[in-house]
Amino acid sequence: MLLRRLLPHPLLSVFLAIFWLQLVNKITPGNILLGSFLAIVIPIMTSTYWPDRPLLKRPLKAFAYTGIVLWDILVANIQVALIVLFKPNREIRSKWISVPLELKEPEAITVLAATITLTPGTVSAMLSADGSALLVHCLHSDDPEAVCADIKSRYERRLKEIFG
Amino acid sequence: MIIEIIISALIVIGGIFGLVGSFGLLKLKTTMQRLHAPTKATTLGVGGLLLASMVKAYYDKSMLSSHELLILFFLFITAPVSANFMSKAYMLLRVDEDGLPDTGSDYGWAGYDLPPADTETAHSRLGDSGPSD
Repeated sequence: MLLRRLLPHPLLSVFLAIFWLQLVNKITPGNILLGSFLAIVIPIMTSTYWPDRPLLKRPLKAFAYTGIVLWDILVANIQVALIVLFKPNREIRSKWISVPLELKEPEAITVLAATITLTPGTVSAMLSADGSALLVHCLHSDDPEAVCADIKSRYERRLKEIFG
Repeated sequence: MIIEIIISALIVIGGIFGLVGSFGLLKLKTTMQRLHAPTKATTLGVGGLLLASMVKAYYDKSMLSSHELLILFFLFITAPVSANFMSKAYMLLRVDEDGLPDTGSDYGWAGYDLPPADTETAHSRLGDSGPSD
């Protein structure tokens, strides 16, 4: 109980400690002490802002997810660069795509929307009022269905595993 | 020697993608299309330059500099938010709801429709303070 009150958000505490050490870029006992102090105080002070945060069911899968997203960013960057450089404007067919969501947690949807925006070629623009679908703008696509299926199978399925 | 070639290659790659992103801003015609260009410049453009900086720091001082990773991390969590705000602002000003695809549920898109639980209170609040004309 005491531990729970002292560390309301253990993962955030670990992140903050690592962040602090990265920020000062030098590992000394003093820095570690100050980092641990911040890692304990900040989650306690901000815990009221995280009322119903979802627990990560499989946090390790997040690393695999990050790797996949970084790879997709690389590939999609090249594809979009080719579209921008070599496709005449009248041949670029931009489309709105509605992606139905199975994710329920706001945090998971936020990660999905951020992923869609970061991978070039797609920008997430709006959520439906009840949070059941995501509006995505696609720079160029002949097959909107395939883009939607790709988002669902590649990102949403993995996020469902992570957030449980 | 090899290291220098790697660093140069990373800088050139980052520069090329930054250039293509800026060129996209000029070339593409609609605002929503232009929004795609900056996401490219921040991801691979800045990513390449930061990676080059990391390799250089490791090569010169043989220490692993992690500031670049932090910069990349903060870029990656802030860029989608600003892109989302820009697209939302643009849509509410210029895009008609009829041109958008269906949400697949009873409710419309968040910018044009009110969420389920708040519908009543939000309507009355709009009725109180909304424009009368």
